[in-house]
Amino acid sequence: MELISNLILQGVQMILVLALAPGLTGLVRKVKARLMRKQGAPVLQPYRDLARLMRKEVVLATNASWLFRTSPYMIFAATWVAAALVPTFATGLQFSWTSDLIALVALLGSARFFLALAGMDAGTSFGGIGSSREMMIGTLAEPAMLLVVFTVALVAGSTQLSNVVVYMASGEVGIRVSMGMALIALIIVAVAENARIPVDNPGTHLEVTMVHEAMVLEYSGRHLAMIELAASLKLLLYMSLIGCIFLPWSIAPASAGPSAMLFGFASFFAKLVAGGVLLAVFEISTAKMRVFRVPDFLGVALMLGLLGTLLLFVSRSL
Amino acid sequence: MTQLPDLAWTSPRDFRVGPFAVTPVLTTEWTALAYALAAGKFTLMSLWAEDGAACMALHDYAAHRVAVARLEGLTDGFPSVGVHHAAAQRLERAAADLFGLVPQGAEDARPWLDHGRWEIAYPLGAAAPHPGHPPYAFLPVEGESLHQVPVGPVHAGIIEPGHFRFTAQGETVVRLEERFGYTHKGIDRLMQGASLARGAELAGRTSGDSTVAYAWAFAQAAEAALEADVPVRAFALRGIMAELERLANHLGDIGGICNDAAFAMMLAQTSVLREKVMRAAFATFGHRFMRDQIVPGGVAADIDSKGVAVLRALIKEVQNRFPPLVELYDNTASLMDRTVATGFAGPDLVRRFGAGGFTGRASGRDFDTRRDLRYAPYHTLKLDVPGREDGDVNARVWIRIREVEQSCLLITQMLDTLPHGPVRTDVEGVHEPREGLGVVEGFRGDILIWLSLDASRRIRRCHMRDPSWFQWPLLEAAIENNIIADFPLCNKSFNCSYSGQDL
Repeated sequence: MELISNLILQGVQMILVLALAPGLTGLVRKVKARLMRKQGAPVLQPYRDLARLMRKEVVLATNASWLFRTSPYMIFAATWVAAALVPTFATGLQFSWTSDLIALVALLGSARFFLALAGMDAGTSFGGIGSSREMMIGTLAEPAMLLVVFTVALVAGSTQLSNVVVYMASGEVGIRVSMGMALIALIIVAVAENARIPVDNPGTHLEVTMVHEAMVLEYSGRHLAMIELAASLKLLLYMSLIGCIFLPWSIAPASAGPSAMLFGFASFFAKLVAGGVLLAVFEISTAKMRVFRVPDFLGVALMLGLLGTLLLFVSRSL
Repeated sequence: MTQLPDLAWTSPRDFRVGPFAVTPVLTTEWTALAYALAAGKFTLMSLWAEDGAACMALHDYAAHRVAVARLEGLTDGFPSVGVHHAAAQRLERAAADLFGLVPQGAEDARPWLDHGRWEIAYPLGAAAPHPGHPPYAFLPVEGESLHQVPVGPVHAGIIEPGHFRFTAQGETVVRLEERFGYTHKGIDRLMQGASLARGAELAGRTSGDSTVAYAWAFAQAAEAALEADVPVRAFALRGIMAELERLANHLGDIGGICNDAAFAMMLAQTSVLREKVMRAAFATFGHRFMRDQIVPGGVAADIDSKGVAVLRALIKEVQNRFPPLVELYDNTASLMDRTVATGFAGPDLVRRFGAGGFTGRASGRDFDTRRDLRYAPYHTLKLDVPGREDGDVNARVWIRIREVEQSCLLITQMLDTLPHGPVRTDVEGVHEPREGLGVVEGFRGDILIWLSLDASRRIRRCHMRDPSWFQWPLLEAAIENNIIADFPLCNKSFNCSYSGQDL
């Protein structure tokens, strides 16, 4: 019985993240536009864009290989599974027991790997530039992310997100400097990983400045839809990750009744809206940094993660 | 070395009111002038070909005077100036494509405007069926771990077409080579035999964002050639239009540069202001870009007291809302980090190329046609020409900011002293071939128009030199050792015209 309810919960979670992800992207765009005194496209526009892209014909470069055609699905699948691992409105997800935070980092790493390969596959110079920049960002963001994971795991005593959430919500944690550092590091990583300003500009049309967009320049039709949906999912994933680790109180435990579930859902929705608005405000108030400033930026995340981990060891041995 | 020819230097006061006296030169004297240009004795204002002749416009910056040298009796070519003075290279290549007059001894014999897709070769010269060109040979690059990134002519955004060939080592640009001509419209040929009215329209369609400045330069050349007595009110109205155009373009540029650093907030704000300028122009002059409003002999239509009120309200609004934006630019550290020290154009290069406008003034070339080759109505107005030495993107933004402020003050001065009277005069009185020169400060810099009319006042030759001719090559130099990702920022800070130099 419990297995069935857990499976249902997992199913709801997977559909929920898929359904909400484009809306979050639309919300960020809308808020940004309103902050710049523009009307902006409706929040639902990304859904329409995806529907349009799904209907459209796929144009393939003549020298594109099988890798180019399969990558969008790989990227989407890996990102979707990763997003399904993060507790959004309830813990006790079925997948949680088979994979943990480190698997999450690995899944996202695999998606990045395929995206970078696909960027180079068609042989255009922009794809190559985009892939090389993406890998540079990735090699710095992934260790920082892992250090954040270590900090959290050391505090909570587990790398499984359901356990982490339960521990964090229990009130045993108190205020810890290490967790503060991990939060800042995670936000920096999230900004970089999701190709947001100041690391990358999701709204640019300038080929030579792009990172993420440069890699997907050659994509069209349903392939592009898959990649865009994966990008939206990734943004949602990072927001729910930050939400579930650092604001875990409203997440319903696995055995909770429907009302707790509903409350968990409402608060998840509120977290996403708040996160989207904060991201939009942050994005319009800063310019993009030079490509070679990104290592410094991510270096801060890495150092914070490292310090957080070290501080934990130091405070324990006292 | 041969002695320099005795050039007929003309002061701006003289060449604006009467036909231009050209100095005929010998081949040796022509070459001597090329050496003098290379030595920095004068600035090259333009170089163009005519039927069996080559001409050079020179500017003596110390004495604020201009001369035009003409080498006549040419059949197949003329001694290259570009081989001594790099600023002439592209002008020579364009002249060779149009007239078939080859710059002899030039290092770069590749075509410039002619991409091998025209039906006729040398359309203004022999006009023979086109034999076809071999593929364009980009400059060869050799070295360890260099790669090429071709960008354009079709870009991801809605901008004019131009091809940029980057050679990069990793992210660092080792060389940029530009290739233009994609917006070639055959204006030089259309001008031949056109009436003055048609010529003014063509001039106004050369580069859409500078339509007022082009039409003014054309009108100036025509009025000088025909010794027309233009009413003073027309001058004031032209001045107002030119400053409105500068205002609109500078506001757009300031926002655009910030937007290329992903600071979209600034573009959103300046776009609102720019739109207000355009609407005021529409309300006052009947056209958002004020196209076809300046005609030889004056302006097409007068403005009434309502128009004056609209303009005064506009200037007040810009003066109120612009300073907070300047403060926002100045206080956004992440933006400064992108613009400061990016895309440095050296003062020496800028001086050698005679680059005008914000590009020149940001790199220590203190030159403004409105002040140094003065013309009505600016001789009665107070104008501070801003200047900087640092020559980076930030400097070019600041020059624009200061010029926006100046333009507001200029428009107010002109509105305060707006003379009464007619706004147009007849220019049909002369019945002999005449030549005239017009030089006007557009928002990018000095626009030069050389006009040669026959006895029935039809155009024999009209040469229009956009300021971009001397600014595009500097972009190639400015981007070196910057990273590729900073190119859009540098490019926007130069904001050269494609259409204006592809003709």
